[in-house]
Amino acid sequence: MFYRETGQFKASYKTDSAKFPIFQDKLFIWFYIIIGFLVIPFFGSEFFLGAIMIPFLVFTLASIGLNILTGYTGQISLGTGAFMGVGAYACYKLTLAFPDVNILIFIFVSGFFSAIVGVFFGLPSLRIKGFYLVVTTLAAQFFLEWAFIRIPWLYNYNDSGAIEVPQREAFGVIVTGAQASAEVRYLVVLAVVVIMTWFASNLISGRIGRQWMMIRDMDIAAELMGVRPLYAKLSAFAVSSFYCGVAGALMVFLWLGAAEVESFDYNHSFEILFMVILGGLGSLLGCFLGAAVIWILPVIIRDWLPPLVDALTPFTITSSAADLVSDIIIGVMIVVFLIMEPLGLARLWSIIKQKLRVWPFPY
Amino acid sequence: MELLSKIFIEPFETMYALPDLFLQALWEGFVSGTLYSLIALGFVLIFKASGVFNFAQGIMVVFAALVLVGIHALGVPAYIAVLLTLGVMALLAMTVVRFVMKPLVNQPDIILFMSTIGITFILIAGGQLIFGGEPKAMITTELGLPTGSSDWEVGGGLVIFQHIDIAAAIIAALLIAGLALFFNKTKTGRALRAVADDHQAALSVGISLERIWVIVWFAAGVVALTAGILWAAKSDVSFALQVIALKALPVLVLGGFTSIPGAIIGGLIIGFGEKLFDLYWGSPILGGGTESWFAFIIALIFLLYRPEGLFGEKHIERI
Repeated sequence: MFYRETGQFKASYKTDSAKFPIFQDKLFIWFYIIIGFLVIPFFGSEFFLGAIMIPFLVFTLASIGLNILTGYTGQISLGTGAFMGVGAYACYKLTLAFPDVNILIFIFVSGFFSAIVGVFFGLPSLRIKGFYLVVTTLAAQFFLEWAFIRIPWLYNYNDSGAIEVPQREAFGVIVTGAQASAEVRYLVVLAVVVIMTWFASNLISGRIGRQWMMIRDMDIAAELMGVRPLYAKLSAFAVSSFYCGVAGALMVFLWLGAAEVESFDYNHSFEILFMVILGGLGSLLGCFLGAAVIWILPVIIRDWLPPLVDALTPFTITSSAADLVSDIIIGVMIVVFLIMEPLGLARLWSIIKQKLRVWPFPY
Repeated sequence: MELLSKIFIEPFETMYALPDLFLQALWEGFVSGTLYSLIALGFVLIFKASGVFNFAQGIMVVFAALVLVGIHALGVPAYIAVLLTLGVMALLAMTVVRFVMKPLVNQPDIILFMSTIGITFILIAGGQLIFGGEPKAMITTELGLPTGSSDWEVGGGLVIFQHIDIAAAIIAALLIAGLALFFNKTKTGRALRAVADDHQAALSVGISLERIWVIVWFAAGVVALTAGILWAAKSDVSFALQVIALKALPVLVLGGFTSIPGAIIGGLIIGFGEKLFDLYWGSPILGGGTESWFAFIIALIFLLYRPEGLFGEKHIERI
């Protein structure tokens, strides 16, 4: 009733292979884009934009990167945090070297540095798979973390060992640094995420994406059918690290404002892996849902649990304990989702959609 | 030229000139190697019997040590605290098998692996919530473990042996010998190996998979507790240990996922390798701190040549 394609005829191949073949879907997407660009920046508070929406979008982008590798190509990675770091440090060095260039260009260019590093650490994937890849990507994680500390050139010989984001402009508007307003930063991040999501969805439904999925589903069969594993796997590593690199640059330049090595440690890699699992392996929508749950749930618990416990029970709970509670809840959710619905929140959403399509009939 | 000499000549000159330093590094490598082996052993036990790559093994080490110290802090005598901790590990084993492993049976390996990452998260946060996140001292003397050190004079210098390290090596060896006996001589051990070989065949001759899994997870818990006690006696009980626990992964890659001797030899290689590399090559050329990644890079290079590890089962597969 609400969600029915009855009467929507497809008269050409173009409409048949459209991204959103159902009119209601198209309507929804435009609705969300309009809300995102026009409503949230004007009505969202500084805190809501800076502490919830921007990190949520940054993590979404990083999860898209990891999902391309893990969900679509079947190569597991625990080096996401380090690849984000490569993007951040590359962007930092570039913008210090060329202060007058539009910062947005560098945010994209830094992704290429990350892609190169990603391809290098992806090379072992040609001979190995599965758990073994966990080890090689952890090698990337620990080696890069070490490099970020030990190579002072990367953080410009600062005494603190941290990178401080300088003030930079794009198209005459201050985008980074302390002067940049939350609205501007939010809009930039949102624009980057929307463009890159659109790009990823095209890439995935195209030739390269289908090669990735063939490698994931059965690599030997894929090779027999003419997919070259070398190109398929390395391109997945490259694209994935590109996304992570851009996410890292966005994270430091538009969200944190300054970063140390701790911002890129392996806990981050886990967090992003959780977003991908919970959201749904092999689904772009899942990246948004997973990032929303894993980022926003702890914020809610941290704000709401202590007063709730205070009011209802004789105990008190500190905010750091509330953090731990949210960690436990996330851990339990991971296990429960893997048991109940291995394809994550995205699959739940598609089940709901299917039900709405046939409503009021069950089948 | 200068760099080449720094890589190929100077380290060996230093080794020759200062034999005490070299022996000290060897000893330290041996000690950390045994502990890496212990952690890796827990992985191997579970992987052999159920094909589950248990990422939580590292945090189980921390968790076991925390429980022990926590129970002792309540005023329980040390040895009874050890028994109670074993009880907690058994409970953990049953819970994990009942609520995670059993519902996930027959799922792809990668799903099982990810579920153990979920368990890791629960154990980290739960451990911090119950016992607090600050580092605690291990109850070394209460457990009757030796402290202090002996010296040995070599070539004009001193090599220092911490007594706890010697005890650690002996205990680790005893534990491994005990496990080997258990696997080879008892009925349960034979059932365990049967499950490792073929789940379905083992089921068809009346071996309960669930029971075997609980035993295996419990055995991994015992190994974790031992590793936790010995490691924490050297430093402290803290969540920083989990980074060290991750080192078990390269050890596994080196030794092969299914081989107990492999875990031991892999651990020793990594232990010796990272100490010597950091002392003679890492610190002079790269500025130190190389221990955090040396093992992983070695594993990465090793994987390219021999993906199944030194003693692993060879899979006939080409990609």
